[in-house]
Amino acid sequence: MRQTEICIIGGGPAGLTAALKAAALGAEVTLVDRNDYLGGQLIKQTHRFFGSKEQRASERGISIAKELADAVESNKKINVLKKATALGYYKDGVLLVEQDEKIIKIKPKKLIVATGGAEKTLLFPNNDLPGIYGAGAVQTLVNVFGVKPGNKVLMVGAGNIGVIVSYQLLQAGVEVAAIIEAAPQIGSYWVHASKVVRAGVPIYTRHTIKRAWGDTEVEGATIVELDDNWQPIEGSEKDLDVDVICLSVGLSPLTELLWQAGCQMKYVPELGGHVPLRNENLETTVPGIYTAGDAAGIEEASAAMMEGALAGINAAHSLGYDAPDLNKQKEKILMELTGLRSGPVGEKIRRGLAKVTC
Amino acid sequence: MSDCRCKDKDVNIVCRCEDITLEEIREYIKNGVTDLEQLKRLLRVGMGPCQGRTCIPLIVREIAAYAGKPVEEIPLTTFRPPTVPVKLGVLAAGGEKDD
Ligand SMILES: Cc1cc2nc3c(=O)[nH]c(=O)nc-3n(C[C@H](O)[C@H](O)[C@H](O)COP(=O)(O)OP(=O)(O)OC[C@H]3O[C@@H](n4cnc5c(N)ncnc54)[C@H](O)[C@@H]3O)c2cc1C
Ligand code: FES
Repeated sequence: MRQTEICIIGGGPAGLTAALKAAALGAEVTLVDRNDYLGGQLIKQTHRFFGSKEQRASERGISIAKELADAVESNKKINVLKKATALGYYKDGVLLVEQDEKIIKIKPKKLIVATGGAEKTLLFPNNDLPGIYGAGAVQTLVNVFGVKPGNKVLMVGAGNIGVIVSYQLLQAGVEVAAIIEAAPQIGSYWVHASKVVRAGVPIYTRHTIKRAWGDTEVEGATIVELDDNWQPIEGSEKDLDVDVICLSVGLSPLTELLWQAGCQMKYVPELGGHVPLRNENLETTVPGIYTAGDAAGIEEASAAMMEGALAGINAAHSLGYDAPDLNKQKEKILMELTGLRSGPVGEKIRRGLAKVTC
Repeated sequence: MSDCRCKDKDVNIVCRCEDITLEEIREYIKNGVTDLEQLKRLLRVGMGPCQGRTCIPLIVREIAAYAGKPVEEIPLTTFRPPTVPVKLGVLAAGGEKDD
């Protein structure tokens, strides 16, 4: 059985930042990630970030990921386990991890769950045809492996991810037939949306996918307009010849380990699904278990990094590690988080968080 | 446009790991199986390689719609390790030396 002061599950922006902050205070950290690289979702993000300078706007996700990953891997206080999947958390506080087909048991004093999210999918006829992907999968194919998913894409969902992935497809030389969105307005920031519109891609709001068709793979899709009650308007169907349908309909938090640990959970649609109740220190209802990033509620990388920082500081502090400016550090992060979540863009997140913060 | 034959064929896959359709789920719910735990035991939904990450949210929505209840009132099943499929040999080999 391996002992560690703080074990962090997930090496995305939240987990990496948590590790760096905890180690900076003097804690000894074990970081576990199932991938053979660190960085989580960020390594797929070749675009410049939105947000203010302080929050690393205009930097590319992949550069932020690399910077954080290098800092973590060269930190002597942090033991990194890659290609290592956390399989379970047991009542006696033991974490079961599989690495290289071997079982490792870890007994941490504190646990930070920063496992990120999983893509949601949609129900429509023939949704099992080859050629139907989640946006995350398309982004991995195109940006990580340099593989085109097909020649002509229908993007379902006009949030930031759908719109950004559409733009990246265009850059990769793939045609985007249309972006459809069931809501009356797009969810994406205008900077990104105007780029794809300028490139000639139509965005249809109040539209959904009615069916996919094709014999052995996607040959096309039928889209349909929705009325004020989100019901399909008969006769408004349009057929699109596409060989790829890309679903970008949101993520849900990956929380199995928190459930297993007995953390109190709550269904909060604003945060993407079931999320753990937590206090201001990001500690769940099970003492010593913290959460940060998309696992705590689907948001974005800047918020994930700030939450990771807070969880890392708080977990280390609870073990007795301290710094003269510890409270100042925390206040600064909390203020930045409040700033990030202010205004109309953060309205949904604020509403969601109000339901789970105790 | 395409004259593909399956344009009018409807297959709505809810659980792609275990190949279960929306029609099957609705049939069970209509016959009184409105409990996720029972659906799981009868149809294996949520027991495939993804461990229900894809299908459970969809099935919960179906149950909620049928019952006329909000999604948060539908009980989920117990989350048990492992989070992902793992080979029996790996588990059987046990942990490290001093375990
Ligand atoms: C296309 C796209 C564009 C985006 N653009 C922006 C943007 O411009 N600005 C912005 O701020 N945000 C953006 N985001 C959002 C941002 O990427 C995420 O919010 C952020 O990555 C969440 O960080 P995280 O650390 O919580 O999770 P993740 O980055 O998802 O990392 C979680 C990690 O945990 C690991 N893991 C999960 N379960 C286990 C387990 N059981 N055992 C071991 N390891 C496990 C995963 O492998 C993963 O590496 C974008 C997202 C996407 C998909
Ligand atoms: S989709 Fe049902 S278990 Fe994976």
